[in-house]
Amino acid sequence: MGGVSKFICEAVDTESHALTDFDRQVDAIRQILGAKKVMSVDELRRGIEAIPEAEYHRLSYYQRWIRSIADNLLVRGVITEVELLAALERV
Amino acid sequence: MLSPGTHVRVRFDWPETRGPCHIRTPHFIRGAEGVVERHLGRFPNAEDLAFARPAALLDLYHVRFDQPAIWGEGRAGDALVIELAETWLEPT
Amino acid sequence: MNILQTASHRLLAAIANLLAEKGIASAQEVAHRIALTDAASPAQGARMVARAWLDPDYRALMLSDGTKAAEAEGIPMRGLPPLGVLEDTADVHHLVVCTLCSCYPRAVLGYPPFWFKSAAYRARAVRDPRGLLAEWGTVIPDTMRLRVVDSTADYRWMVLPQRPARTDGWDADRLAAIVREGDMIGVTFPAG
Repeated sequence: MGGVSKFICEAVDTESHALTDFDRQVDAIRQILGAKKVMSVDELRRGIEAIPEAEYHRLSYYQRWIRSIADNLLVRGVITEVELLAALERV
Repeated sequence: MLSPGTHVRVRFDWPETRGPCHIRTPHFIRGAEGVVERHLGRFPNAEDLAFARPAALLDLYHVRFDQPAIWGEGRAGDALVIELAETWLEPT
Repeated sequence: MNILQTASHRLLAAIANLLAEKGIASAQEVAHRIALTDAASPAQGARMVARAWLDPDYRALMLSDGTKAAEAEGIPMRGLPPLGVLEDTADVHHLVVCTLCSCYPRAVLGYPPFWFKSAAYRARAVRDPRGLLAEWGTVIPDTMRLRVVDSTADYRWMVLPQRPARTDGWDADRLAAIVREGDMIGVTFPAG
């Protein structure tokens, strides 16, 4: 993002924004996956970079994270797409 | 190991054009010349960690760059200091 | 539709359930981790800064090994990235950014603030840092050099700001109370 021209004239929102329960939960899951060597922070970053640019800017910070986490768990085979589809049916 | 004060150039390389990868060297600094400030330690290569591959330990350096020279704008004397792995640095 | 494009809250619920079923992360573990993370705050970094202003030995430790200095203040650092501390002087001011993502000295400052994660902050910090600082009303004198530190890799960086004038005789608690989150990233100065 360093020096990227389209953001150079954009004001910075310096207000503080409270985190939501969603944000905290995603953050905590990421930490646990890191601590248990299920997924590194570098893999998290790779997964975030893999999000197509239009979607990247539409998603919030932690929405990108959960998407990257899901991506990495599937890539690593920690969960399968069948399991994830079934789990999505139940929520 | 590079000692403080060594003049280096960041490799002008774009692995992104060759396939999936994860690179921690910012685009804006590739090809730039800077000066090693200090050795920060040895860390596993993030380019491999990002794909859960075995990762060799690499020397990591704090490298200082003249900030206005990078952008052609800015205040003389201002600097950028960036963490860069040995594989991205070549002595000049 | 790509499964990853599922609405985020549903994706989270499904992932959380699967991780619990597989014994990787129970709901209790997640709750415990949230509580630990919520406990970290800029007050911790502020305590370190105040102590460094009062104790030259601690200051030297902080500048040579931020991780040890944090641990000396009772801040858990085990398993976390090394902490580096950047010393502001009368001639040099530091500003921390992560242009690639949002690396932040969370162990000592807590969750990164919204602005630190924003595209505008990350883009402008390296290219127009003095203009960026004006967003906070922060003016770096022409006589002072600015060093922008981009957290691209394995370290996390915090700033040790200059002690404001007119704080002579203040104790650690009173000094720590004037040190804010932004002061330790370099977007603001502590108000004396």
